[in-house]
Amino acid sequence: MSHGTGNIVALRPFPDAARLELDDAQLRANLRRATHTIRDKRLRVVGEVDDWEDLRRSGAAIKDDVLARLPELLEQFEESATRAGAVVHWARDAAEACDVVTRLVRETAAREVVKVKSMATQEIGLNEALAAVGIEATETDLAELIVQLAEDTPSHILVPAIHYNRSQIRDIFRSRMPGVAAGLTDDPPALAEAARTHLRAKFLSATVGVSGANFAIADTGTLVVVESEGNGRMCLTLPQTLISVVGIEKILPTFAELEVFLQLLPRSSTGERMNPYTSMWTGVTPGDGPQTTHVVLIDNGRTATLEDEVGRQALRCIRCSACLNVCPVYERVGGHAYGSVYPGPIGAILSPQMTGAGANKTLPYASTLCGACFDACPVRIDIPQVLVHLRQKGPKPAAERAAFRSLSWIMRDRRRYAAALRAARRGSAPLRGFGRLRRLPWPASAWTDSRDVPLPPKQTFREWWTKR
Amino acid sequence: MSDARTEILARVRAARPASAPPVPRDYRRDVPGIDVVEVLVDRLVDYRAGVHRATAASLADVLGGLLASSSTVVVPPGLPAPWIPGPVLRDSSDAPISVAALDEPGVTVVTGAAVAIAVTGTLILDAGPDQGRRVLSLVPDHHVCVVWTDQIAGGVPAALSRLPDPTRPLTLVSGPSATSDIELNRVEGVHGPRRLDVVIATR
Ligand code: SF4
Repeated sequence: MSHGTGNIVALRPFPDAARLELDDAQLRANLRRATHTIRDKRLRVVGEVDDWEDLRRSGAAIKDDVLARLPELLEQFEESATRAGAVVHWARDAAEACDVVTRLVRETAAREVVKVKSMATQEIGLNEALAAVGIEATETDLAELIVQLAEDTPSHILVPAIHYNRSQIRDIFRSRMPGVAAGLTDDPPALAEAARTHLRAKFLSATVGVSGANFAIADTGTLVVVESEGNGRMCLTLPQTLISVVGIEKILPTFAELEVFLQLLPRSSTGERMNPYTSMWTGVTPGDGPQTTHVVLIDNGRTATLEDEVGRQALRCIRCSACLNVCPVYERVGGHAYGSVYPGPIGAILSPQMTGAGANKTLPYASTLCGACFDACPVRIDIPQVLVHLRQKGPKPAAERAAFRSLSWIMRDRRRYAAALRAARRGSAPLRGFGRLRRLPWPASAWTDSRDVPLPPKQTFREWWTKR
Repeated sequence: MSDARTEILARVRAARPASAPPVPRDYRRDVPGIDVVEVLVDRLVDYRAGVHRATAASLADVLGGLLASSSTVVVPPGLPAPWIPGPVLRDSSDAPISVAALDEPGVTVVTGAAVAIAVTGTLILDAGPDQGRRVLSLVPDHHVCVVWTDQIAGGVPAALSRLPDPTRPLTLVSGPSATSDIELNRVEGVHGPRRLDVVIATR
């Protein structure tokens, strides 16, 4: 089976990278504040939906159905999109995908492209590939722009610049953004306005747009992009040519299935009832929007992931990032430690499957197995189950030892330990009726991998004592 | 070596699960027992859109008030002429308004909508005659959207099933353009219109 390449291969093992990030107190403070804010918002808006669990079950099942019918659905998507005027391309890995897009951009003779935030293009390293042939790609999502100007990489799926605070962003703009006012303050509206002015000229002159897609609909050939700022609408509407890079697992069978995912995604992701803008387009509409549209369907390790009976559920992921925001490990080490464009709990199971276990072999240990990610996931991916499965499959002892050392600080602090235990109880709540727990937080997981243990008590002795 | 398409499809065929269990459909198709107009107003106010009420008879007056400070009013080809008594710049397929003209300061665009979703505060535009090209509701600084009360659906499933043709270009608008990328502070008006006014009209 052929594995994926590109920016999903960690250059450093997780423990080494995590240790570096742990030294950065500013980073940890920024992360903590951000993840907790999104987490609370998400809980509030999810609480409004009384059929949430039904939606999650349907969402998971629709995606499983897609995985079982993927060849037929991909062919159907290709046919519908082609009939509507789009040109469909296929790419086996990151390099091939970059070649296809680079060729398409060159055919337009454009020297610049505007991009709407896309995990798929980050995954294949498209910006670097375009730069190599002298084509400048401008990220137009505010956070992506910050990261691009800083010559950094994103650290969160949804909020790529989550690791910067406002004064750091002001400094980046002042030193890196052409034409920025010298007196720029760190007031968020002033920073957003600076980005608006900087990008407006690019939007109005760009002839080629590059996007990803949140969903690709087989029966209609429609692509869907979910966003907030309107930069997506700009990239999808103003250029003459639009090139969309789409993972083969993004397929939904029918347009009607959006009724499930347009409820699950915004609430799980930004904690909003609906994101400000969603765009859907089908091929080409004469007189409205790009008159040449391309879709590049990429594999890049997805079929390798599909092969694994337990691990394939990772392909249900709709990239909402809810699992990142509830993860105690992500909160401390940040996205960069995972070394892949897919960080956090989902990254810990997706990256090693896409690349094969050799690369990223320490990632399945980057977790306490507390179960909070499963509870948060809108498509019910049992991330702890897949982590345990990958640990059993993968090269074990050395990676485990290394991860153990790096993560032991969680256990060294009583407060952290208490938090981990509380999280474990939350994670196990649905199992409570059974009286046993299938897994404990790491590192006890090494033991629960092969046997059941009693559930953690509802209260710790300390909690009980404090309440007396 | 075979081409990418053949090879990927062969890989997927070899790797996929044999079958998947049927999809449960226990979620709600509609939201019972809510006043869709009141809920829509509540959601619009929550994300700080301007909300205005009108009847067929008062619509022109209400729009007139909202357009008082605009230097130019842009409308799609099929927006009913009586809605706006003053001069308008009407977009058409023969003479499409340029992006540069839409980008001038003080431009307001007035559109209708195809459907609205009460519980999420969403307006769905499907490029119908009273909505026009996507660029019209994107580039001007101010968007005024007229929604008739009979166009409001309770929840997402009911709203999507009302769309006549999902292959038209669709834009779902839920509030003014916004970013939360700087310390998660919500900042409005990043790239889309900075101001969104919704007129909820009773026929
Ligand atoms: S794994 Fe689930 S929670 Fe995490 S990003 Fe994907 S869909 Fe969201």
